[in-house]
Amino acid sequence: MGGGLYSLERKDFDKTLNLKAIKPYGDTMNDGKVQVSFTLPVPDGDEAVEAAKQLMKKMGLDNPMIVYHYQLTPGFTFFIGYGDCVHTVDFTAIKVPKVEVHKMTMEEIDEFIEKNIGRKLVVVGATTGTDAHTVGLDAILNMKGFAGHYGLERYRMFEVYNMGSQVPNEEFVAKAIEVKADALLVSQTVTQKNIHIKNLTHLIELLEAEGIRDKVIAIVGGPRITHELAKELGFDAGFGPGTFAEDVAAFIAQEWVRRFGNKK
Amino acid sequence: MEHFESKLGIDPKRVEKARQLAKDIAVDVVNFVQKYSTVSVERTICRFFGIDGINEEGVPLPNVVVDHLKEKGALENGVALYIGNAVLESGMTPQEIAEAIAADKLDLTKLPMHDIDDIKGVTDELADKAIKIIDEKKAERQRMLEELGDPPQPYIYVIVATGNIYEDVVQAQAAVRQGADIIAVIRSTAQSLLDYVPYGATTEGFGGTYATQENFRIMRKALDEVAREVKRYIRQTNYSSGLCMPEIAALGALERLDVMLNDALYGILFRDINMIRTMIDQYFSRIILGYAGIIINTGEDNYLTTADAYEQGYTVISSQLINEQLALLAGIPEEQMGLGHAFEMDPSLENGFLYELAQAQLSRELFPKAPLKYMPPTRFMTGNIFRGLVQDAMFNVVGIWTKQGIQLLGMMTEAIHTPFLSDRYVAIDTAKYIFNNMRNIGDEVIFKPGGIIQRRAQQVLEQAIELLEKMREDGLFKSLEKGVFANTKRSIKGGKGLDGVFEKGKHYYNPFVEKMLKKQLDL
Repeated sequence: MGGGLYSLERKDFDKTLNLKAIKPYGDTMNDGKVQVSFTLPVPDGDEAVEAAKQLMKKMGLDNPMIVYHYQLTPGFTFFIGYGDCVHTVDFTAIKVPKVEVHKMTMEEIDEFIEKNIGRKLVVVGATTGTDAHTVGLDAILNMKGFAGHYGLERYRMFEVYNMGSQVPNEEFVAKAIEVKADALLVSQTVTQKNIHIKNLTHLIELLEAEGIRDKVIAIVGGPRITHELAKELGFDAGFGPGTFAEDVAAFIAQEWVRRFGNKK
Repeated sequence: MEHFESKLGIDPKRVEKARQLAKDIAVDVVNFVQKYSTVSVERTICRFFGIDGINEEGVPLPNVVVDHLKEKGALENGVALYIGNAVLESGMTPQEIAEAIAADKLDLTKLPMHDIDDIKGVTDELADKAIKIIDEKKAERQRMLEELGDPPQPYIYVIVATGNIYEDVVQAQAAVRQGADIIAVIRSTAQSLLDYVPYGATTEGFGGTYATQENFRIMRKALDEVAREVKRYIRQTNYSSGLCMPEIAALGALERLDVMLNDALYGILFRDINMIRTMIDQYFSRIILGYAGIIINTGEDNYLTTADAYEQGYTVISSQLINEQLALLAGIPEEQMGLGHAFEMDPSLENGFLYELAQAQLSRELFPKAPLKYMPPTRFMTGNIFRGLVQDAMFNVVGIWTKQGIQLLGMMTEAIHTPFLSDRYVAIDTAKYIFNNMRNIGDEVIFKPGGIIQRRAQQVLEQAIELLEKMREDGLFKSLEKGVFANTKRSIKGGKGLDGVFEKGKHYYNPFVEKMLKKQLDL
């Protein structure tokens, strides 16, 4: 039997935290406990359970245990399993590119813009291409904001144009030129078949073709957007889940000053 | 209404008042839209006349015919008269006529015009043929319901969205075996903005699968098959919305769909479709859906994705009341009104569950016969799937408690990915547990008079009445310009599709409006 729930087996591994070799934590340092669930395209039965365990071993999970299995539809079985991860990661060697921004509140940001730039910053936002999702965009832009974090429309020092969903890149860029945008906010939710990559690349190409790429701060956000990806695609910043309006607002304000200098 | 019993202490006179205001608003809209038609309404008539297929460039023949008349500046009297005339003149079928137009061998406007009554004789005959198919489909549904049985409400509604109709079939059948009663095939992103209906079976889509007549057929066959296996009738859902609203309603009627999303307000607010265009389209599509026995689903739930559910819960009620009246005027019986609402309050709100319960019970009491469509939490789903499952459970408790008609199950992986096979299983399994375990809670528990729930419901109704009063003064279109719903403003001349609207000419004739509406309203 593996190390089951009520196992009295001695845990004979090193229980000291080593940041050079970290492992998942269940209830004891370095126990490596991992919970997984997945479906295999086979009928339920002893063979299915064995297949699931073997797969877990290949994932690097020792002592695999299948705690639940159920045939979802003929030929497809669902598993919930636990195992001990054999792999470790060197936490001290991790480097993640991040948006470099000094955190500020709404009031501080308004004051910062007033003091350093002396005029409202113009922001144009849209969900571009065929994407119809505006929840993320609205969370950042709408007066109301999200979870108690007011959107950019509530800021004194931002002038916001929210173009909504399914805006063609061409219209988006035209609007940016028309209102002399300081920052562009693109939201992308649909990522099937990497449609967002094509769409975002196209936008940057358009901005370059119009000769305004260095005049605007280009920002992209969405559930599957990382800063690293955004930089790769030629944007100035990328914001993923858990971003609030003040994160974006602070970045725009600080990046503007960084790029164009203090105007007052 | 004959009698009104309220667990919420609602005054029936206030309900009557709200309904009258909504009726005034709706009558005003219908009087306006009756003067107009649209390219999609005309294409719908083509489809009912049996025109199908595509030309060499892949343009659907209904578009070819309607564009042909539009180019000749002859659309104002409608496509039916010209087709009827061409049938009289040439002896060809409407399909042959469409093919001849596509091949540039026929100009409908160059044919000698026959006597208008003779033409109407032909178009009426063509219309009766289409209506007969719909009658047969209705009878088929009835037979299957009697044979297999109708599952108890709330119907368990899940979506499939692979982009490939054949993969959708696998997922749909699996979901039915796990307990789903309604399968919706989510459409490909942006299909609502296409001014044509794609043709044939499709295997590529973004975030969903194209709505086509062939895809409807494929899914219908698969659902009937699995319905016989699980011994309960399985309802098929798609979207009669966007720029092709009435065309897709017609395809749904011809292929025995059971439920269709149908809400012009949704298209206006969330897809920026022109309000005039889509209100005209909606009127005809509702006549078709009502006649075909298809349950409509309205999209009020979506308001709460942009507006706060606690502060603006009343906008949902106002909109439901208007949608009810717009549906009644198009001949849709109450039993086919799947008015929408949602469980979308901020989970951190103290007593939020009580307010959700009050709102859902209020909808229930206002529309006692309607199979209300209740939508799960989406806005406050965080990616913490374990908490998400509990949020969905809270939603399911309200659903069974307030006897919702159609429960669109939430997925714990909402905001992460389109549902896995296993996500749907977990959702259905836990929903069935709650529905069974709490089946009669709504019959057993009453609300404290003057308590939080009663007060909240009364407050929401009063706010809804206040909004309806303002809207009656302004009219629906102007109200939408002011941004009364979903915190979104739309201009009457703005949005997509206005160029497809035209004023009906002196001889304009759409045989289906009269025939279908008459049979429905006579009932």
